[in-house]
This record gives sequence, C-alpha cells and structure tokens, in this order.
Amino acid sequence: MNKKSYKSPIVMFIYIVFLMLPIYWLLNMSFKTNVEILGTFSMFPNKFTLHNYVTIFTDPGWYMGYINSMSYVVINVIISLAVALPAAYAFSRYTFMGDKHLFFWLLTNRMAPPAVFALPFFQLYSSIGLFDTYWAVALAHTLFNVPLSVWILEGFMRGVPKEIDETAYIDGYSFFKFFRKIFMPLIASGIGVTAFFCFMFSWVELLLSRTLTSVNAKSIGATMTRTVSATGIDWGVLAAAGILTIVPGILVIYFVRNHIAKGFALGRV
Amino acid sequence: MAKIIFKDLAHSYLPHPKSLADYALQKINLEFEDGAAYALLGPSGCGKSTLLNIISGILVPSEGKIFFDDKDVTYADTVKRNIAQVFQFPVVYDTMSVRKNLAFPLRNRGEDPTYIKHRVETIAKSIGMEDILDTKASGLSADAKQKISLGRGMVREDVNAILLDEPLTVIDPHVKWELRTQLKALHEEFSHTMIFVTHDQTEALTFADKVVVMNDGIVVQVGSPKELFEKPAHTFVGYFIGSPGMNLFEADVVGDVVTLGDIRLKLNRAYRKLTGRIELGIRPEFIKLSDKSGDMEIDINRVEDIGYHKIVRAKHRDMHIDIIVPEDIKITQDMRYISFDMDHIFIYEDGWLVEAKEGRSE
Amino acid sequence: MNKTVNQKAWFLVLPVFLLVAFSAVIPLMTVINYSVQDTFGNNVFSWVGLDWFEEIIHSQRMHESLGRQAMLTTIILLIEVPFGIFIALNMPKKGFWASFCLVVIALPLLIPWNVVGTIWQIFGRKDIGLLGHTLASMGIEYNYAQDVLSAWITIVVMDVWHWTSLIVLLCYAGLQSIPDAYYQAAKIDQASRWSVFRYIELPKMSGVLLIAILLRFMDSFMIYSEPFVLTGGGPGNSTTFLSIDLVNMALGQFDLGPASAYSLMYFLVVLLVSWVFFTVMTSIDKKGAV
Repeated sequence: MNKKSYKSPIVMFIYIVFLMLPIYWLLNMSFKTNVEILGTFSMFPNKFTLHNYVTIFTDPGWYMGYINSMSYVVINVIISLAVALPAAYAFSRYTFMGDKHLFFWLLTNRMAPPAVFALPFFQLYSSIGLFDTYWAVALAHTLFNVPLSVWILEGFMRGVPKEIDETAYIDGYSFFKFFRKIFMPLIASGIGVTAFFCFMFSWVELLLSRTLTSVNAKSIGATMTRTVSATGIDWGVLAAAGILTIVPGILVIYFVRNHIAKGFALGRV
Repeated sequence: MAKIIFKDLAHSYLPHPKSLADYALQKINLEFEDGAAYALLGPSGCGKSTLLNIISGILVPSEGKIFFDDKDVTYADTVKRNIAQVFQFPVVYDTMSVRKNLAFPLRNRGEDPTYIKHRVETIAKSIGMEDILDTKASGLSADAKQKISLGRGMVREDVNAILLDEPLTVIDPHVKWELRTQLKALHEEFSHTMIFVTHDQTEALTFADKVVVMNDGIVVQVGSPKELFEKPAHTFVGYFIGSPGMNLFEADVVGDVVTLGDIRLKLNRAYRKLTGRIELGIRPEFIKLSDKSGDMEIDINRVEDIGYHKIVRAKHRDMHIDIIVPEDIKITQDMRYISFDMDHIFIYEDGWLVEAKEGRSE
Repeated sequence: MNKTVNQKAWFLVLPVFLLVAFSAVIPLMTVINYSVQDTFGNNVFSWVGLDWFEEIIHSQRMHESLGRQAMLTTIILLIEVPFGIFIALNMPKKGFWASFCLVVIALPLLIPWNVVGTIWQIFGRKDIGLLGHTLASMGIEYNYAQDVLSAWITIVVMDVWHWTSLIVLLCYAGLQSIPDAYYQAAKIDQASRWSVFRYIELPKMSGVLLIAILLRFMDSFMIYSEPFVLTGGGPGNSTTFLSIDLVNMALGQFDLGPASAYSLMYFLVVLLVSWVFFTVMTSIDKKGAV
C-alpha cells in the first residue's frame, strides 16, 4: 500500500545523526586521557582508556552523586504517583465543590519557574531541618511532577468507561480492591508514562537539587557543575560523568519503548 | 462507468500458498455489470474485504486479473481506477464545511468552479443536505457524516464504481432504514455501479439487484435476492439467508426416494447416484403444519410470534425443524404433523446443490 | 462522560492538595512577604509596600532579561514546532525501525539539563570539540564564550537538539491515531500531499500540538541549567535570561526584596502568556484537547 510513501528515511537519518553526534563526541572523549583530549584531535580514542570511569567509581565524591540523585528521583516518583492516582481518579469520575478551580490551580504550579521557588524552598527546608536530605529535593520536585501526574493520569482514566467501576462495585469489590486489581491494570500504560515523565523531570532538574543540597545529598548535577579544580577542568572525567548520567535514561526508555507512542498521546488523542 | 471483470482471480496473504485453506480468496470468475447495485454478503472473515480491496486497488491479487471493461487494471493504483469508496466509519474532512467536503474531489481534479458549484448543489440536494452546506462537518451526526462521504463519492460523474464497506455499521438502527432507502434512490437517480459490502442479509437483500454470497474465501452464489431465497446453490446460502434459515437434514437419496432417519419420502424428481455428505434442504416457509396426517410427526418445542407470522420450533427424534406458519392460523395441541412442499425440496452433496435429472418422475 | 456529584471525592484529592499547598503555597507566601518588606540584616524587616515592584518594573535589568527571554522563546518555538512536525511526518509507522527511532529520539529528553550544557560546551570548543574544531578549520569565526552571535546560535541549536524530540513524539502519537481509511479516502479524492497534511494530519494533531507548544513555551521561558553551564549568562549579559538573572539576584546577591518582587512578576508573566496561548489556540481550533 505504501507504494507512494512520502516518508523519507534520509530525513530521519540526518536527524538521528544530529542527535547522536554530540553524545558520541562525549562518549569518545570519556575514553581518552586528558593529554590526548587536549593534544590530538580524532574521531576515535587513540589510546583507549577506562581510567576516567575508574576515577568516578572509586571516588565517593563522584559516585555518591549518582546514588543521591537516584534516591531522590525514586522517592519523588513514588510520592507523585501515590498522591496523584486517587486525585486523578476523583477528577475523572466525580464532580465536587471547587473541582475545576483546584485542577486549574494544580496546573499553574507546573508553570512555576523553579528559579522563583529556589530561595523560599531553601529557607523552608532549612527551617524544618530537611535541608541537604533526599526528602527536600524529592518534595521540591513534587511541585511540578504532581500536577503533571494528575493531569496525565486524568486523561488516561477518562478513557476507561465508568461502567467498569459500577460493574466491579456490583460484583462486591471494595474501592481499594477494585482500584488495585481492576483499574490500575487498565491504565497500566498511563501509569508507566506518568512514571516516565516524573523520572525524567526529576532526574534532569539542576537548579532546585543544587540549591537544596550541600554535602550529604549532593546530586550528580551539582557535583558536575562544581568540579572546576585549580588545575583546570578534568575533561575526561567530566565526559565520563556525563555519559553515566545518560545511562539511566537509556534504561528507562528501553523499558517503556512499547508504550511511548501510545503514552505520548497522553490519553488525549 | 465500466463493467468490472474478475478473471481467474485468487488471493493469498501467504507468499507460497500450499493448500486451498491458505487462500483468503479462492479462484473466482465474476462480472459486475455496469450500473447495477451489488451486495457482497458473508460473515466476517469470509474474504469480502479482500475482494473489495482488490477492486479498489489497495491489494494486488496474487493470481489472476481484474479488468474495467477491457482494460487490465490489476496493477493500477486507486487513483487510476477512478473509483469511490465509503468506509465503515465516516471519513470526512472535519475542518471543512459540507460544501468544501463535497467539492474536494472535483477541486483536486481542477474542474471548472461553476461546474463544481452546480454539481455540489445537485448532490447536496440528493442527499438532503442543501440546507447545511455551509456548516462545519465536524459537529454533524454519524449518519450525516456518512452521507457526506457518500456524496463525495458520487460527486464525480465519471466514477467507475462506488464501493461501500459496511457503511451502516455506526448508524443508529432507526436511521439505518432511512439511509438504506436513500441509497437505493440515489442508485436509481445516478446509476453508478455500487458494490455494498455487508454481513447483514436484510441490508444486502433490500439494497442490491444482485447479491454475491461469500463464505470461507469462496463465492458460493451470485443471484438476485429472489434466486437466493428460492434456490440456494449452497447449504450456506440456505441457512445464512432467511430468518430462520433453511432446514437441513442428513439424508440418503436413491433415485427419487429420500430417507431421513426412519422416514422415507418420494420426491417428484430423480437424482443421479450421490456420494459424500448428502443433505436435504427445505425452507421453513415451505413446510405446512396440520392436525391431520402428513409426511412427518413432530413435537412442538416453542412458538415465536413475531407479528406478521409465527415461527414454530419443532423436533422429530433428534432432528430440529423450523416451520413458518401464517399469522392467522391458530396453533393447537393436535397439530403434530407436517408436510413438505415437494417443489421446494433441494438435495445437497457436500454442501453444493445437486440438480435433478431431466424430467419429472411420476 | 457524565460525572456524578460526590463531595467525598475531596478525600481523594486531599493528599495532593496538602502536598502542593505545602510545596507551593508556603514558599509563595514567603515570597510575597519578602516582596513588600525591606531588611538591613539580622531579621529586622520594615514595610515598604509596593516599592520593590515599582523598582523592578522600571529596572533596565529586568527589561533586558525579559526581552532576551522573549526573543529566545520566540526563536525556539518558531524553529522547533515546524521542525518537530516535519520529523514526525517522516517517522516510520511501525516495525523495528519505528521503535528504534523512538528510543533514539527520546534520548536527549532524559539527559540532565546541566549535562546537555556540558555536552554542547565541549562540542563547541575550538580546542577539543568536534563542532568548534570543524568550524575553525573551515575558517568560520565561532566562539560562544566571546562572540554574542555565536553564543546565541549555540544556545538555540542546543535547545533544538534537546527539545525538538518532545514535539516529534507528541505529534507522532497524534499521527498514529489516524485510521488508514483517511489516507485511502484522500488518495481516492486525489488530495495533494499538502491537502492531506492540512485537512487530515494537522487537525488530528492539533490537540497534542497544543500541549507540545504550551510545554515548550513554559519550559523555554524557565530555561536555566543549559545556558548557565554553557555561557554562564555571557558574554557580558547577552545570554542572561530571566531565571539566570533571578538566581543571581536572589542567591548570589541575596537581595530578598527585589528578588521576590521579580519572582512574582516572572511567575505572573508565565501564567498570563500560557493563558493567552491556551485561549487563542483553543479558539482557533475548537476541537483542541483538554
């Protein structure tokens, strides 16, 4: 049927090269020594070395950054989903006092620039003793992840016919059992996509995570931006650190790859 | 306008079909006359969509050829075939007005604006939409949208055929009837060749001049609704068409004598020696119920009164028999006998109708 | 769908309400509080009314940042939206290549923003970066650290690299929802490629496209990490966008009063423009989602 296709593989090829080239360059650099990086110019490492990665995996100053970041991201995803699921259900199924205003107010928080909240968050979390903990960053990131989760999940839940709820109640399911056993499997791809977005926005964010941590919970982003030593920048290690921040992203995409197309419609097509 | 001819046409979705079962469409030779209304009738999965896609040019058949008049179009694409198609669910251009929707195929072909205006208005009048020509198509109901798709098909005068792929699926039942009548009227008005695909016998029989009945990739019969009813060429046509369908009994036939279990009947026709699976078929309309003696004694299980006649579900040993009784006849306890109208008994060998030997046997 | 009235549903939204109230309302109150007071240190505050707002509204600094921000966002949207649609139209529809393209395309979205900055910081350098080195060997003047035009081009290209994929993925999802029958009908009607796009693909994409544009508007208006790492706001102040400016003022100089007034106005501008976008775009296409 696609005899006369308008799709051009060349366009995709060029676009993918455009996307991959800078990443490839970083990868290339991460396998070079600093001498080679600054001395010669080549598309492949002349003297392949894992030294930069060894540095990261043996220095707690580096590898703790990853552990800290992963910790607050995971906490954030769990909190966001846990509070957003019942709320999205309420918005998709019921009318109640102030529902529209509440929904709109939630969405406005997605529009809040993190720069606006950096300072007050710093003061707030300092005053309640959460400064420099995972919880501070995880809670701060709920500011934009919770509204987004509610909104995405609401779209998916609206697509599930209400009759399913009613049938389940008639069959004697309690609300919690119905929600867990019947409803959540139905919107599994929606939950997957929501988790994907929460992970993404929490993992990639720098400003808040840097402002709210100093030593114990320092994120990898903060580690990277503060690593300018007196002897100048250690380019090789910086490149390796950058590559390692991309790895979780690749894993996440790999797991949700079959849901991406459907999921990005956000239940709204 | 053209005649559509299938020559030794067959299609398999497999690259190297081995048995007949690998074919979605088994070899057929068929001719669609110019300007007639056809229905392709059969259950889902019988190959009617495959056939339709071959006509519209979406599929290239794996064997055989398809001609429009004497032109071989087997490999021609949809545009070259100059056909129109109405799909299962309405396909309209949502952002355009009804007028622009109807004019779209003509404008794309660079027709003269005054001609387009005139033609669109003619069609709009025929489909009853002249009042809402300038409304946006997106807000209209499903049946109105389906009418627009149909109108878009008919707006081109030179179109070779209009293919309708179960177009009434999404239409509300009470509008279905109206739309079907309108479709028939439009066919008479513009006399395009129309091919209507459906699994609903009522739609097929009320719309078409000729019905092509398909089952399991085989065209089992092509004929007028009357022919399909009165002389089904295959047991499938017998029970698929008619409500309820034809009664079919396992039988043995020797000459003009047929044995149904413990009952022997003498037919008014003689048959050659038959092998394989032999069945006797008779439509419920041609069985008479009475309280006096008859060909067979039965027990009545149930009577369904559907208003204009009654359907009697009966049993003889383990044979199930449906009988249609006119509304004005009262059914009593004593009505335990039935007799067959011998002229409407048919004998089938492995599903296919067997013609009797020439001449009536006395 | 008909929703039933049920006030008990409030219990289901209560956790969200409390959480967001904690992370949004309390900080916002702090900001409002600071914005109307002045301090000379040691937690001594005095009421100054709307003075800070007046000062910020008339400050050259905010005007320039806002101007730069508006220009950047406009350029980015004008490039990314058509480009994203174009790429989405060229995506393979199904099969292995479709999944492959999806995975590769989604990748930039999951790279931490500061790393995006680092990647381009390295990529553009004359001594160690592929792009910078290549341009230099072709004799093209290019130095994002010193030349304003180079810095802007790098930031725009970086953002296109980083975010076009979001538009691609959303549009692709919209395109996937168009049944084949529409394309067949268009073929039968002899619609041109442009008509197919204009009358079939664009209307079906409009819902997700609206979401994509809104998201891109909001996020580009809040851009911080990437230019912070790449140029640090320079050369001079030429790439100091609103967030960078605000962070400098609040966390760098600790000018609480003006920074708070700045914050509130910044937030209001984002809200206002988002609202205008949304209203205008939904009224252009009444069938838009949400």
